[in-house]
Amino acid sequence: MFLVVEQLLNGLQFGLLLFLLAAGLTLVFGIMDFVNLAHGSLYMMGAYFAATFAAWTGSFVLGALLALVATLLLGIALEFVALKHLYGRDHLDQVLATFGLILFFNDAVRLIWGPAGLALPLPAWLTVPVQIIPGVFYPAYRLLIIGVALAVAAGLYVVVMRTRIGMLIRAGASNREMIGALGINIKLLFTLVFGLGAALAGLAGLMQAPILTVQIGMGENILILAFVIIVIGGIGSIRGAFMAAIFVGMIDTLGRAFLPDLLRKVLSGAAASTAAPALSSMLIYLLMAIILVVRPEGLFPAAKR
Amino acid sequence: MTKAYWLAGAMSMVSALALAQPATAADTIKIGFVSTFSGPTAVIGNDMRNSFELALDHLGRKMGGKPVEVIYEDDGQKPDVGKQKTEKLVQSDKVDFIVGYIWSNVLLASLKTAVDSKTFLISANAGPSQLAGELCSPYVFSTSWQNDQTPQAVGTYMNQKGVKSVFLIGPNYAAGKDMLAGVKSTFKGQVVGEEYTVWPSQLDFSAELTKAKNSKAESIFVFYPGAAGVQFLNQYAQAGIKAQIPLYTAFTIDELSLPLQKDNALGVPGAQQWVNDLPNDENKKFVADYRQKYTGLRPTFYGAQSYDAANLINSAVVAVKGDTSKKDEMKAEMEKVNFKSVRGPFKYGNNHIPIQNFYLQDVVKDGEGQLALKTVATIVKDDQDRFHDKCPMK
Repeated sequence: MFLVVEQLLNGLQFGLLLFLLAAGLTLVFGIMDFVNLAHGSLYMMGAYFAATFAAWTGSFVLGALLALVATLLLGIALEFVALKHLYGRDHLDQVLATFGLILFFNDAVRLIWGPAGLALPLPAWLTVPVQIIPGVFYPAYRLLIIGVALAVAAGLYVVVMRTRIGMLIRAGASNREMIGALGINIKLLFTLVFGLGAALAGLAGLMQAPILTVQIGMGENILILAFVIIVIGGIGSIRGAFMAAIFVGMIDTLGRAFLPDLLRKVLSGAAASTAAPALSSMLIYLLMAIILVVRPEGLFPAAKR
Repeated sequence: MTKAYWLAGAMSMVSALALAQPATAADTIKIGFVSTFSGPTAVIGNDMRNSFELALDHLGRKMGGKPVEVIYEDDGQKPDVGKQKTEKLVQSDKVDFIVGYIWSNVLLASLKTAVDSKTFLISANAGPSQLAGELCSPYVFSTSWQNDQTPQAVGTYMNQKGVKSVFLIGPNYAAGKDMLAGVKSTFKGQVVGEEYTVWPSQLDFSAELTKAKNSKAESIFVFYPGAAGVQFLNQYAQAGIKAQIPLYTAFTIDELSLPLQKDNALGVPGAQQWVNDLPNDENKKFVADYRQKYTGLRPTFYGAQSYDAANLINSAVVAVKGDTSKKDEMKAEMEKVNFKSVRGPFKYGNNHIPIQNFYLQDVVKDGEGQLALKTVATIVKDDQDRFHDKCPMK
């Protein structure tokens, strides 16, 4: 029973982390109609900034906050220098340009920080397990990830659904020619949205950094999962990204946790051990394929356009 | 909503990052070197290349009087890419030797190409069980080990410590399966659980750690080379399991991962056939010159094995005075191990896998205040892999 609770928490934590990454991606893709493969690079930059600033300041929290600001500024600079010239273009041009940016960022990181990767150690108060219910201990840092991601989700909800900026963002997602025609400064809105997306990617990267390693190319694997999530959730929909991210996180974690034992009941031990990880990693892609067939607009599509 | 379909296709582009390197031709000893030079595990390939280059420096960049040309190829840690690069080296570059191979699955995919063309292949790391057994070949030599040997030594050490039960975790590919099988073959206690994770994409081990913790096992054994080892160890420490269940490792803590694992690695034992502080003269020279040539870096066992591979090739080329068409003579010479290995003396078994000692290594703070690996004891002497009987060569 305790095992199930812990595994559910693991799935929730992984899902919420994916949400941070997918939220930025879905904002940019849904509202600006811009395919940004370099989103994973911003995730990587967030982690590198955090590791560097944390080493300079000696404080994890301060390093993380500085990194967040740095990624936001980097995102805005990137949009201003390179990406805004690509808005009117074909999707293929955008993919090629942002794919080039992945290579650019990977090599820039190699030049600046070297090929070996960095470590982002946690302060002592975050490395202890916390007793959440009697008998169940859970790592404090993973609880922090859950807390921060939920706060961000709530914050995004309030901003998008309750503020004027959010109204413009939603309007932009529905019909961007129209809000341009109504005299809204669409360029500024796009820069803002892109910066927000970059900061969210950076936040995901720096939150993930102490669990994983800070290394070149760290954003590429996880970016694929983020794409899966926005396809499942419905492109441009924050709510969709949230639900789909938790869905994917749960399926991935629970698949890994319980599938081997289930398979062992039907297959021999060795075959089950080998098949289970392969099968559990396929589950989310299977889900995506099914959703593309049955409900191509995603589970929670943004407003009809 | 064609966007969504379209996007699904675009995803594959992200996962296909590859690089290529130019090649030249001359009357030289040509060596192809296949390793990983891009992606997160490129640091391992770099260390192997550094050590190989250092060995060539020590040899005056000549073998048997002829200049040496090395063509480095990046396998991107992918079996299909490794196979293509091996084919290119054999068929278009026509190399005399192929060296390298970090990953067992890459080596297994590339093996047939090299063996069919009768090109000597020196594995400087990967040691899948098939290579030691039914797929052994007169043209294949190893300067590393058979995968099972190192975890077998760990299992023996756990017996010595009186460990009663273990939970095994490893990646789901050729080497991961060999490693867990290796521990199981020598460990006398109970194996409570066995988990395989998706390789190399799985980065989060929370589900497996939770299971290990709840299994009430007395110990955990893992095999996670490269960056995955850093991630596993960090997550193991953060989950607070380090204080409860001791960890035993194979190929998880090395000089590349240690600067990132930091104090999380302190006191976590592993086994290895080479440790940087082995007291023989060749090793002292190798380690000292490496640290001088590549400031700020320390060699790893991957590098030590690559350094040995260069010297093994040199011994063969010298024996035939640079005439690399005399393959039988070169093979006979290599079987004698007529060079001084940085791990100390070893012999080859019938399957061209070393018969060698395995040492217990521990993580300590060295004289410079840095974390370092230290040889603590010899776990097994002159260990031969358990698949040599299946090899038809005598």
